[in-house]
Order: sequence, then structure tokens, then C-alpha cells
Amino acid sequence: MSQYKNQTVKAWRRENGRVGVRNHVLILPVDDISNAACEAVANNVKGTMAIPHAYGRLQFGEDLDLHFRTIIGTGANPNVAAVVVIGIEPEWTKVIVDGIAKTGKPVEGFSIEQNGDFETIKQASKKAKEFVHWATELQKEDCPLSDLWISTKCGESDTTTGLSSCPTVGNMYDKLLPDGIYGCFGETSEITGAEHICEKRAATPEAGAKFMKIWEAYSRDVIFAHQTDDLSDSQPTKGNILGGLTTIEEKALGNLEKIGKTSRYIDAVGPAVAPEKGPGLYYMDTSSAAAECVVLMAAAGYVIHTFPTGQGNVVGNPIVPVIKISGNPRTLRTMSEHIDVDVTGVLTRTQTIDQAGDALIDSIIRTANGRYTSAEALGHREFSMTKLYRSA
Amino acid sequence: MDHPHLLVHDKEDNVGVVVVEDLKANTEMLCVVTADNSDFRLVVKSDIPIGHKVALSDLSEGQTVTKYGEDIGRIVAPVAVGEHVHTHNCKTKRW
Repeated sequence: MSQYKNQTVKAWRRENGRVGVRNHVLILPVDDISNAACEAVANNVKGTMAIPHAYGRLQFGEDLDLHFRTIIGTGANPNVAAVVVIGIEPEWTKVIVDGIAKTGKPVEGFSIEQNGDFETIKQASKKAKEFVHWATELQKEDCPLSDLWISTKCGESDTTTGLSSCPTVGNMYDKLLPDGIYGCFGETSEITGAEHICEKRAATPEAGAKFMKIWEAYSRDVIFAHQTDDLSDSQPTKGNILGGLTTIEEKALGNLEKIGKTSRYIDAVGPAVAPEKGPGLYYMDTSSAAAECVVLMAAAGYVIHTFPTGQGNVVGNPIVPVIKISGNPRTLRTMSEHIDVDVTGVLTRTQTIDQAGDALIDSIIRTANGRYTSAEALGHREFSMTKLYRSA
Repeated sequence: MDHPHLLVHDKEDNVGVVVVEDLKANTEMLCVVTADNSDFRLVVKSDIPIGHKVALSDLSEGQTVTKYGEDIGRIVAPVAVGEHVHTHNCKTKRW
């Protein structure tokens, strides 16, 4: 157990026992053509947020399952108090409403066909206003820090992330996972070059084998099925290369610093799949694209995201506070408004990784207590859904 | 201790990372190995941007580049000690 074992935060305990650090009332579209109605409702009723997105029609099979899982998971996340769902037709709308209702939180669905936007917006706005009155009276309570679910993914990485910001996240996990938090890392393409090391970081041979199966399927079905020459133009990215990263192996080794020295993952799960094996660290099969990855982890129920960056990624999420950590002095000099935790001292050898880890945990506590992250203050609400293949 | 110019992850590594801005050619760099906090001096042969790598020994074509104590790729054009190591002389062994 760590020095943080008895640490508490002021947060919302939801109907299903989970702890949320934000109190959003969402207006959630089932599909792309319901975005306009959702945005109109969010404009009518202050204190609500619409999350427009690009998909939800004519999807099928595994791709449709992932779509439903992502939308339901977003509404079910403990950072959300209540949800108004709007879809073009009633049946898929009901799928989303029923999925979110399992958490016990207030949720109501509206469909546009045979009503039109005007009538739908009117009815949904009345319900949204009820939800806002209800949600704004909910009181925060003392909750153990160890009840938080904390995910991670790095972006615009360079060689400084592997030296400073990624091991800072790793130090946080090494300290807080033994206390009982849930953790999550992923980025399947970016593990390439260090997959043999990642396999060994599993807590059990079964979890390691599950990870390798995910990684091999990704390499075969995505990379080698679609590659034109080699992936050196995409992984590492142009930004990575400008920052000094040369190969995918080098990038992967820096990336894996995020799981620390002692942490072991207990399961490897599909995109947006909620953890089912109790507290601990989970590997999730995700894209390495920042917004897609954070959305999938939020849909699995994680309430705070820790995001190391080198060259300066600016991503946020509509419902989950994204804490940015950087050790690159040029990034801190040129775009400090995006960075929440400055670990440049690790590179000048004036700050240890242990101290940097404590600084990150302090930022997590303050964020959980309500302090806006830089991404929240700057309005970064990127909501990019992962799509597995073309629609019907 | 003065602030280092170059950090090296592991004793086994044959490259290090520039961690200061505006590093000029012929600077005698203070280099620190983060694994054990040991240090050494090395003269850098060209201006190298922050975050980019410097060879810690002469590297010949086909040789493995080691960082974090692990294989990060192969040398595709000879590099002398103190020179810049990047996409022009180092490539992945994967895709």
C-alpha cells in the first residue's frame, strides 16, 4: 500500500457505486443525423452538453457492436449524471437508453421520425431541464482516491516522453495500482517493436497470450492488409520524427514506460470493453490516434486520463478530464497553456521520477476535486469514434 | 551537478538523447546515464536539435542501435562518434 492509501477526493458517488469526478448532463445522439437536434437541445438548456459524432447508420456486426458499446459507455460513465438520448428511429434509440439505464442513472430517449426536429427538441428540452435541476443538486462526498479509474495514452511523443513524462505516469501506476485503482493502457500499433516486452508485463500467461493475439490480429488484418510501402510515414508520425524519434521500436519502448517498473496488466480487452476482473491494470486494443483512444477508454468507464506529450498534443475529451504531462522544455516554453504537469526537471536532473510521479498524483487529486484541466479550460472536447469497416 | 546536455537510458546503449535547446557543434557535452547516474564527456560534431540522438561510438552499416538497453533498429549509413543518428542513417527492422 502506498502513502496515498487514505487519500480522499470530493466526488460524486453514482447509483451503481462508481465514483465520478464531473457531473455532466449529456445530450447524446444515436446517429449522425440526430446531431442537429441534440445541439439545439444543448443550446436551449444551459448546463447540458451535446456530443455530436459522425456515425451510427447502416453499421453492422462487430462494427455496430463497437458503436453501441461506445455510445452506451459514454452515457454510462460515472462522470455523467444523466442523459437525454436522441436517435432518428425508436429501436436503436432504445438500445442505447436501455444500456445506459443499467447504471441506474436517469436516462430518457427521443426519436425524430414521425415527430420532426421541432417536436423532438421541445420534448427533449423539457426532460433535459428536469435533469439539470436534479443533477445540480447532487452533492459531492469524500471518496477514496483508490476508487478512481485512471487511463493513459501518450501523444505527439518524442524522445523526452520516454525519458520523463511516460515514466512519470508509470510511477503513478506503480504507486496507486496496489491501493486498488483501475488502470488502462493500449495503442496496439505503437506497441510494435516492444510487443515481446509487453507480453512479459502480463500478470498471468493467459493475459499475455490474449495481448499477443490482439497484437498479431492487428498486424495481420490492419497493417499488412492495407500497407502500401512501409509505415515509416505514419508510425513514427512526422511530429515524432521532428522530435527525434527514428523508429517504431524506439517509440514503442518509450510508450511502455507508462506502465512503470512493477505494474502488471491482469487482462487484455477489446476496444471500449469495461474491465471485468476487478481492480488492476488492463490492456485495451485501441488505435494510437489520441482522440479515438481516449474516447474508447472513457466508454469503458475510466474517469481521468493521464496524457504524456513531448512535442505538444492538445487533445481533450467531452466527459473525461485529460491531464497533460510534458518534460520537453521547448514545449513548455512555446505552448504551456496545454500542459498541466511540468516535468522538465527530470531532464535537467533536478527532479526525480519519484517526485514527478507525486506531482502527477497531486494533479490527479486536484482535478478529481474539480479543478479544470488545460484541455477543459481550452474547450477541447474531441469525440472521435473508432470504425472497424465500411457501413452497409 | 550542472545540467546535462545528453541523457543515456542504459549502460548498454550506443546512442544518447540531446535534452537542451540550441546545442552547437563542438560543444563538450555532459552526458548522464539515467540508469545509474554515472556521467561522461563527449564532443558533439554538429548542431543537434533537442530530442535528437547522438552516437556514443562509431557505428557501421548493419549494426544494431541500442537504446533503453533494447534493439531500436539498424544503421544504414556509417556514423562516427558524436554525430547525429536519425532517419537518414537508422531504420526500423519492422515495417
